[in-house]
Amino acid sequence: MTYTLVFLALLMATVIWWLVRQSVNVQPWVAEAGAQDVHGAVLARPAAKTALWVFLAVATSLFALFISAYAMRISFVDWRPLPQPRLLALNTAVLVLASVAMQWAVYAARRHELAALRTRLLAGGVLTVAFVIGQLAVWKQLGDAGYFVATSAATGFFYLLTAVHGLHVLGGLVGWSRTAAGAWRGATAPRLKLSVEMCAIYWHFLLVAWVVLFAVLASSYLGLSICSTSVPL
Amino acid sequence: MSSYIAHDESEYAPPAEMAEMELYHPKTFIGKYIWSQDAKVIAIQYAVTAIGIGLVALVLSWLMRLQLAWPNQFAFIDPSNYLQFVSMHGMIMVVYLLTALFLGGFGNYLIPLMVGARDMVFPYVNMLSYWVYLFAVLLLVASFFVPGGPTGAGWTLYPPQAVLDGTPGATWGIILMLVSLAFFIIGFTMGGLNYVVTVLQARTRGMTMMRLPLTIWGIFMATVLALLAFPALFVSAIMMILDLTLGTSFFMPAIVSKGQQLGHSGGSPILFQHLFWFFGHPEVYIVALPAFGIVSDLVAIHARKNIFGYRMMVWAIVAIGGLSFIVWAHHMYVSGMNPYFGFFFATTTLIIAIPTAIKVYNWVLTLWRGDIHLTVPMLFAIGFIFTFINGGLTGLFLGNVVVDLPLSDTMFVVAHFHMVMAIAPILVVFGAIYHWYPKITGRMLNDTLGHIHFWITFVGSYAIYYPMHYLGFMGVPRRYYAIGGTNFIPESAHSLNVAITVAALVVGAAQMIFLYNLISSYFKGRPSGGNPWNATSLEWQTAETPPAHGNFGKDLPVVYRWAYDYSVPGVKVDFIPQNVPPADVAAGRWTKS
Repeated sequence: MTYTLVFLALLMATVIWWLVRQSVNVQPWVAEAGAQDVHGAVLARPAAKTALWVFLAVATSLFALFISAYAMRISFVDWRPLPQPRLLALNTAVLVLASVAMQWAVYAARRHELAALRTRLLAGGVLTVAFVIGQLAVWKQLGDAGYFVATSAATGFFYLLTAVHGLHVLGGLVGWSRTAAGAWRGATAPRLKLSVEMCAIYWHFLLVAWVVLFAVLASSYLGLSICSTSVPL
Repeated sequence: MSSYIAHDESEYAPPAEMAEMELYHPKTFIGKYIWSQDAKVIAIQYAVTAIGIGLVALVLSWLMRLQLAWPNQFAFIDPSNYLQFVSMHGMIMVVYLLTALFLGGFGNYLIPLMVGARDMVFPYVNMLSYWVYLFAVLLLVASFFVPGGPTGAGWTLYPPQAVLDGTPGATWGIILMLVSLAFFIIGFTMGGLNYVVTVLQARTRGMTMMRLPLTIWGIFMATVLALLAFPALFVSAIMMILDLTLGTSFFMPAIVSKGQQLGHSGGSPILFQHLFWFFGHPEVYIVALPAFGIVSDLVAIHARKNIFGYRMMVWAIVAIGGLSFIVWAHHMYVSGMNPYFGFFFATTTLIIAIPTAIKVYNWVLTLWRGDIHLTVPMLFAIGFIFTFINGGLTGLFLGNVVVDLPLSDTMFVVAHFHMVMAIAPILVVFGAIYHWYPKITGRMLNDTLGHIHFWITFVGSYAIYYPMHYLGFMGVPRRYYAIGGTNFIPESAHSLNVAITVAALVVGAAQMIFLYNLISSYFKGRPSGGNPWNATSLEWQTAETPPAHGNFGKDLPVVYRWAYDYSVPGVKVDFIPQNVPPADVAAGRWTKS
């Protein structure tokens, strides 16, 4: 559970920092008329974006728990790693490009360049779909080599972790398709900018989550490797 | 702007008026009451569903008690049934009743009203949250009707026992249970996002975090815990479903069942326990923190005094929330853990006593020399303080490894967790319903029936659980269908079991008085007016009672003070609502309208 605890400790530190900001030098029992001064102030951050960050915290908790479970299991003596599909590295590169394309789309949205926005959004989507296909190809390679989900504990975790990440990618693609529909059907500029920004944040999260998963799946340096490079696939 | 305003005031202050376009307006009866996006209606839907399924769990507890008092006298209770009653009672009460009622019910009703918002920030997602919850409840109910019945693995669902032949419901029941939990978690996450973001983003002008009523702080922090802890249950449910359906071995070791070698090998049952309790312990506080918050408000309002140590109360809530994530293994002392590991978890467990004690002292100090009105909500709040201290102290016993080992899996544990996380939060639920019912319906609940309900429930709970501690000391095990003629259990223990069962039946029956009160007062109760308790928080200041769609009239209220301005010196009326400007008070214009 160490990995989950590290994540939670970071989160707690954030909460405490925020609460200190809220409560230091504040005397709740003092009534103040000061509220008048901010009449007409507008929300600094859209609620949807806050909700996205909260959701990402939940998703991170989910991934951290899966990784914790995996780290606990790998210490058993009967752990047998499975071969490392080389395609994983290519898939990682594709997901990096997808994330970059999404960030470019944000820049286009901020400059109100609709044509560039559409191109980059489309590129991001296509690259993401390519990533999903690549992951499915990895599953097929493993299956052809005789490694199925119930073959061993290692294969179980490999399929589970990649499937959970894949489902998050598919969820992202649902959000992406709504954003794309807005970009082609002429959503208002501020609305489009917000939804592209949220897509980009989510894609960066998908990338970070995948890089961490890839590291624990494939890196022997961390001592967590699920895949052994000794038998390349 | 004064230096006393919290830093985020201008950053997060919403515009003076929310554009009415953004508020959803139902046109039809179905849109208004069935597929409703109004948080208040969703709250009622959550509450009614939760109480309905809770009544099922209440009946299950009666059946268990009948068996324990008069073993083998009832044809409809066999050993399998008994285990199913135990398991479903636990799971329903903890997850489907308490969690759903506190967060889905009270959270939905109170958050928008108390922070001064028109509704939750994502009403559509909020509506989905309820319907997914209802689906989860229906799956749970369905498990009573499948071949083999519901799971009888205990509410902890430990594998491999939960999925092996011989455990009741090991084929259909366990799958439905796990799928139902997964849906519950998905539905809760939808609601939870709403609760958190509404508190963070939709507070009205002047409502800084440090002016929030403690009810909101409790619900807010409990939601944060739930959002982070429920994934652990989700992970374990998914992995167990995979073990069951695809034949993976996450939790299933190589095992021989009924002389047959099963296909699993290498799974870790302890891994499940870690994941389960990583959810399971924060779950205790998911139920307790809203109760803490609500009690703080009930005590302050009905003692006409400001809450003692508001900021410490907030910090204690946050500290308890944080600590609750690093104590989970104290549920697993008997699993054979490293002694240093046990020492660590015993220490963290005992440390939780500090913020908890701060809260208890502050409630008592709020009562100290207050103008105590022994209304029904106040009685329940004080009852909570008793039962919570009681259950909390036995928690200190069980937190120590050496004391826990002999008491583990005895009736002492049953008595402990029922006092601390069943009776205590349920008393708060009752107190809160008596307190807010006038706002929800516009009518008061019957006072006499309320008093009868309180005294039977409070005294009766002690009659049930106090003797159970002694049974535990004697070593009477929990979850046993029948104790039989074991030597170390004297005859008096059997008589005590009969007494406990009688008390349980009486307490259960007293809840029917409460249900009758809820229904009859809705039609015939005394009209309450908008603010029957002379309370300060915003939900009591709405133009209409019950609050109309959109909660507040044309303008959202502006907040000038915290929610605890009771018996302010030099002011004639003994309370000042949060939206009364200081200038009005200074000029003597604030008189109760």
